[in-house]
Amino acid sequence: MPDALISLSSVDKRFASGTVALQSASLEVRAGEFVSLLGPSGCGKSTVLRLVAGLDQPTAGRVDAPAWRDPAQARTGFVFQDATLLPWADVFDNVWLPLRLAGVSRAEAAPRIGALLASMGLADFVHAMPSELSGGMRMRVAIARARVTRPEALLMDEPFAALDEITRQRLNAELLDAWQAEPMAVMFVTHSVVEAVFLSQRVLVMGARPGRIVDVVEIDEPHPRPPGFRTSPRFAELCRRLSASLEAAMAGAA
Amino acid sequence: MKRFADAMLPAVVLVGLLVAWEVLVRVAEIPHYTLPAPSLVLQTLWANAASLAGSWWFTLKITFGALALAVAGGVLVASVFALSRPLERAFLPVAVMLQVTPVVAVAPLILIYVESTTAALLLCTWITAFFPILSNTVLGLRAAEPGHRDLFRLYRATPWQRLRLLLVPTALPYFAAGLKISGGLSLIGAVTAEMVAGAAGRETGLASRILEASFRTETPKMFAALVLLVLTGVAIFWLFDRLSRALLGRWHPTGSPN
Repeated sequence: MPDALISLSSVDKRFASGTVALQSASLEVRAGEFVSLLGPSGCGKSTVLRLVAGLDQPTAGRVDAPAWRDPAQARTGFVFQDATLLPWADVFDNVWLPLRLAGVSRAEAAPRIGALLASMGLADFVHAMPSELSGGMRMRVAIARARVTRPEALLMDEPFAALDEITRQRLNAELLDAWQAEPMAVMFVTHSVVEAVFLSQRVLVMGARPGRIVDVVEIDEPHPRPPGFRTSPRFAELCRRLSASLEAAMAGAA
Repeated sequence: MKRFADAMLPAVVLVGLLVAWEVLVRVAEIPHYTLPAPSLVLQTLWANAASLAGSWWFTLKITFGALALAVAGGVLVASVFALSRPLERAFLPVAVMLQVTPVVAVAPLILIYVESTTAALLLCTWITAFFPILSNTVLGLRAAEPGHRDLFRLYRATPWQRLRLLLVPTALPYFAAGLKISGGLSLIGAVTAEMVAGAAGRETGLASRILEASFRTETPKMFAALVLLVLTGVAIFWLFDRLSRALLGRWHPTGSPN
């Protein structure tokens, strides 16, 4: 894949404690592609994202990603497991932060932030404080913050794990809308088979101890996905296929 | 209605206590040099208003002067500690020694070394007020969540941006909590130090009025000075409580970190 936006080549990651988080992991993500990383806890899914974001250094191997190429980085967005909003700043200021750190003034940033918040149903919450928002709303703000720089790569680390099922489904649908409105590569870490199938074009299945990529499953249903996709036999078949792969990965680890 | 009752309850208790005190003194005919009635304390306060006001002002200057120095010193040293673990390890024991030394014990020494009584009083008071600001601010400057730190690293924040937009706002509730403690301690420090120093300088504070009245067994005057001190302490507490609320605005409803 010569046109890969993100690539890991035989990457090892060993922590100071001696834990091997990743062993000879290789993967590639094309520009604009939606890829999920699926695996049991402790398989190094989050580590892959942190490496891609430049938040961690590989012990061995090579990482190539926008955050590593562009020194004045604004091309990578990261959505953490918690919304990690600044509690003393309102919604506008939280979303402004990435641009502010890049030297964009409030006035310059306002049109982009206004449009983004409106498109995500947050128009009425521009001046709300994070403590006044529900968990789902907080996560929407976190996604808006990650999107505000129009990133080439959006990295999401189990962003909806703490939300209830209904909110999670709605945010899944909104995420796909956002991805189709503004082309960007998405790397989405999850431990939900259903979520991985619903969202992605490709799912990388990971095994634990040591963390490695054990399988790649193409979800060859074109986007936008039809309304009945979630309940279709095709969906169930893909989930079965992915579950089997995940079980094999976990059996291999045990 | 409930809120009104909640607000009134402490006032009722206070007035009740004062009335009981007044009645006790009158009925039991306790002499005023043993225990003056609240009404007499009030009269004394009024009669000595001019001299007490001057002393009150002096005590207030020492209190707030030392507190300002404690804030400046505490924040400065806390920033250095927060930047460098080795420096913290090296100097924290010294700060702890300052903290655990009772002012009463160290004041006579300070009075020997420092010529000006006012400066000596400031120094003693500073010692009591310094540590809560220091330790709370150090804690606060280190309190930023890992997720927030990652966020600032991801977007390549400069050290100055990190300080201004992450570390200082995170530390603010901790600092405010330290300020509330130190505000009360400053007044205690100022009075205690003057008790030990005695009435040496030209200007003297409320502690000197109390000592003076004690030598002359003017018990009502001692109470009058004491009343002023209590009121000042309550006012300082209230002031810093309001200040920390204003500082923290909407984002931290309790006004202090949990």
